[in-house]
Amino acid sequence: MLGAARRQLGSGPMLGQVLRRLRPASADAARGYAAAGKEITVREALNTALDEEMSADPSVFLMGEEVGEYQGAYKITKGLLDKYGPDRVLDTPITEAGFTGIGVGAAYQGLRPVIEFMTFNFSMQAIDHIINSAAKSNYMSAGQINVPIVFRGPNGAAAGVGAQHSQCYAAWYAHVPGLKVLAPYSAEDARGLLKAAIRDPDPVVFLENELLYGESFPVSDEVLDSSFSLPIGKAKIERKGKDVTITAFSKMVGYALQAADILSKEGISAEVINLRSIRPLDRAAINASVRKTNRLVTLEEGFPQHGVGAEICMSVVEESFEYLDAPVERIAGADVPMPYAANLERLAVPQVEDIVRAARRACYRAVPLAATA
Amino acid sequence: MAAAALLRRLPAARSPAAALMGARPISDSTTPLTIETSMPFTSHIVDPPSRDVTTTPAELVTFFRDMSLMRRMEIAADSLYKAKLIRGFCHLYDGQEAVTVGMEAAITRKDSIITAYRDHCIYMSRGGDLVTAFAELMGRKIGCSRGKGGSMHFYKKDANFYGGHGIVGAQVPLGCGLAFAQKYRKEDSVSFALYGDGAANQGQLFEALNISALWKLPAILVCENNHYGMGTAEWRAAKSPSYYKRGDYVPGLKVDGMDVLAVKQACKFAKEHAIANGPIVLEMDTYRYHGHSMSDPGSTYRTRDEISGVRQERDPIERVRKLILAHDLATPAELKDMEKEIRKEVDTAIAQAKESPMPDASELFTNVYVKGFGVESFGADRKELRATLP
Repeated sequence: MLGAARRQLGSGPMLGQVLRRLRPASADAARGYAAAGKEITVREALNTALDEEMSADPSVFLMGEEVGEYQGAYKITKGLLDKYGPDRVLDTPITEAGFTGIGVGAAYQGLRPVIEFMTFNFSMQAIDHIINSAAKSNYMSAGQINVPIVFRGPNGAAAGVGAQHSQCYAAWYAHVPGLKVLAPYSAEDARGLLKAAIRDPDPVVFLENELLYGESFPVSDEVLDSSFSLPIGKAKIERKGKDVTITAFSKMVGYALQAADILSKEGISAEVINLRSIRPLDRAAINASVRKTNRLVTLEEGFPQHGVGAEICMSVVEESFEYLDAPVERIAGADVPMPYAANLERLAVPQVEDIVRAARRACYRAVPLAATA
Repeated sequence: MAAAALLRRLPAARSPAAALMGARPISDSTTPLTIETSMPFTSHIVDPPSRDVTTTPAELVTFFRDMSLMRRMEIAADSLYKAKLIRGFCHLYDGQEAVTVGMEAAITRKDSIITAYRDHCIYMSRGGDLVTAFAELMGRKIGCSRGKGGSMHFYKKDANFYGGHGIVGAQVPLGCGLAFAQKYRKEDSVSFALYGDGAANQGQLFEALNISALWKLPAILVCENNHYGMGTAEWRAAKSPSYYKRGDYVPGLKVDGMDVLAVKQACKFAKEHAIANGPIVLEMDTYRYHGHSMSDPGSTYRTRDEISGVRQERDPIERVRKLILAHDLATPAELKDMEKEIRKEVDTAIAQAKESPMPDASELFTNVYVKGFGVESFGADRKELRATLP
C-alpha cells in the first residue's frame, strides 16, 4: 500500500523518467516516485481526497465558511456542493465557536464532519471545542464517546497578510494528547494524509499551507487510486543523506530540499525528513536519522519558543545524545508578530540561506573527542 | 385545588394478587389521569400547550420514586464529599429533580440529552445505576467512566446521554450538533441541550441557536434557571433574565420546573415542535438547595429563608406526594416505606462502590485515542514510565 511513498529509486530507466519530469527548483532524485507522468496540485489533491471520501462514506460531510456556493475560500472544496448537495456541504455563518461545537456534537453522534477553518488563526475562536470537547472526550468517557472529526485549513504564514493572519499552530495543537496533528507537504501527502484523517476515529487537526495549494507534484497511479492513504505517525525521508539531518514540515520541506541542493555542492550531504505527522511525532525515524548523520537542524515556520523543533531536539537528547557530534540547530520563524512590510516579513520567516548556514554550523562545529587523531 | 372540575378521582387500582399476598397495594394502574399544572405556561412567539397533563397513577408513583432516589443520592454524595471520598468538584442537583424526571417521561432513549456538570441525576434518568454513579464519584474502576472522568463527566452513550461537560456553555453547540446528526440521518428524534442561567449569556449559545434556526435542527435548548450562576444572581448577570425569550426569533416556553407534570408537558410539546419547526427554548424555573458545588455553602449570596421557603412551598417531591395522597394512590405510610427502601438501596450501592478498587495504573494510558498506532506515551519521568498506545 505504501509502495509509492517508500520506493527508493535506484539507477536505470525509471530514474531517467523521473528526472525528466522534475521541476528545476528542487533535486528530487531520491524522491521515490514511480512516475506515471501525472502531476497534480496540492489543491487538486485535497479536492479529490474530499470527493472520494465523501463518495465512499455517506456520514462524511463538510462544514465551514464559503465551502459551498463560493466553492471554497481557496477553492479546495470546488464542485463538492454541486456533487453532494447542501445537506452534505454546509455554508456556515462566521461563527467558529458555534459551528465547531455543532461539528463536534455531530461527531459524538457518529457522523464524520470535516470542519474547515478559513485559516487556523480563526480556529482560536473555537479552540475550546477542539481541545476540551473533541480531544479529551474519549479519555474522560473511558472510550464511550469517540470523536471522528477533522479540522482542516491553511496554517502558518501566507504573503503580506500581517500578524493576525500568519501564525503557525502546529506546536499548540500537537501539545495536546487526544489530538492527531498532520502537516502535508506534497500532493501525495495531501491526498494520503487527508484520506487517513477522515477515516481516523479520533480528532485530527490537518494543517495545510495556502502557498502550497497551487504547487504541482508528480503522483503515481497508486497515489491517485481512491483507496490510497498514508499512515499517520510516519515521517518520510524526502532526500537521503549522511552528513546532517534536517527535519521540516509543510512548506519548509521545499525550502529544506533547496538548501540540501546547495549544501550538496559544498560536499555536505543533507538528509531531509518530511515529518508529515506532528502528533504522533515519528521519533523513531528522526532518531534513526540522527544516529546515522550525527547532526541535526530542526526547521519550522512558527514561533521558536516551545515549538516543534524544541520537542524534536529534546527527543534526540533523550534517545540519541551520544550520537550527536554537534549541538542541535534550530531554524524557526522570528520571535515577533508577523510584520507587513516585505523586507521585514522576509526577515521574519526562515529563508533557504538560513537553513544552509545552520547546516554548515552543525557540520563544522564538531566537538573534538579525546581519541580523535 | 382550584380546578376541581378537571380532576377525576379514581379509585386506586389494586392488583388482586397483591392484595391477597398482603403486599403494598400502591397503585400501579395505567388508567389515564388528567391533572392541571400548578401554573399556566408563559410563551414567546408560540401558542403554549394546555395546562392539562395526562398521566397515570403508575407514572406518578414512578415520579415519586425516581425523584426520591435522586434526592437521596445527592444528599449521600454530600456526605461522601465531606468524608473526602469524593474529590475535586461536586455539583449537586437536589431541588431540580423534576426537570430530568419530567423530561424523561416525555421522550424516548432515541432522543439525545447533553448537559453541563450538574449531571448525576440526568445520568440516572437515562438508565444509569447507583453503583456506577457512586463508584465514578469516588474514582473507582467500576465507575461509569471507569474512574477517569469524575463527577462532571458521566456519560451513557447507549442511552444517548452525551455527558457531563465542564466548560460552561460548550454543551449547547454540542447539543445542536447532536440534533444536526439526527436530522442528517432523518431520524424522528430530538436533542435536549441543558444549560443554566449562568450559561445563558454565552455567545456560543447564540451562534448555535442561529445555525439551528437557519438549518431547522431538532434542537431543544433547556435553561435550568435556578436563579444563580455560582454566586451571581440572575439579575446581576443578565440584562434580560427572561431566558425563554432570549432566542429572539426562536420560540420559547417558561415552565414551572418544580412541577414534574408541567415539565413533562413542556418537553412533549417541545419535541413535537422541534421535529416540525426547528429549535425551541424551554426555561425551567427551578431551584437548587445546595450551593453551586460542594465548595460553596450557598448561603452567602442568598438567605436561608429563601432556601427553606422554596423547600416548603415548591419542593418537587412533596408536590407529587400530595398528588398521590390526594388521589388515594398510596397511603402516607406506604410512601414513607418506599423512602426507607430507597435509603437502603442507596446505602447498599455506596457500600458496594466503596469496596471496588481504584483503576489499574495502566489505565493512565488507555483511551487517549481509539487508534494509537502503537505510538509511545509518557509519564512524568519518561525514562521511568512509558506506554505504547494500542
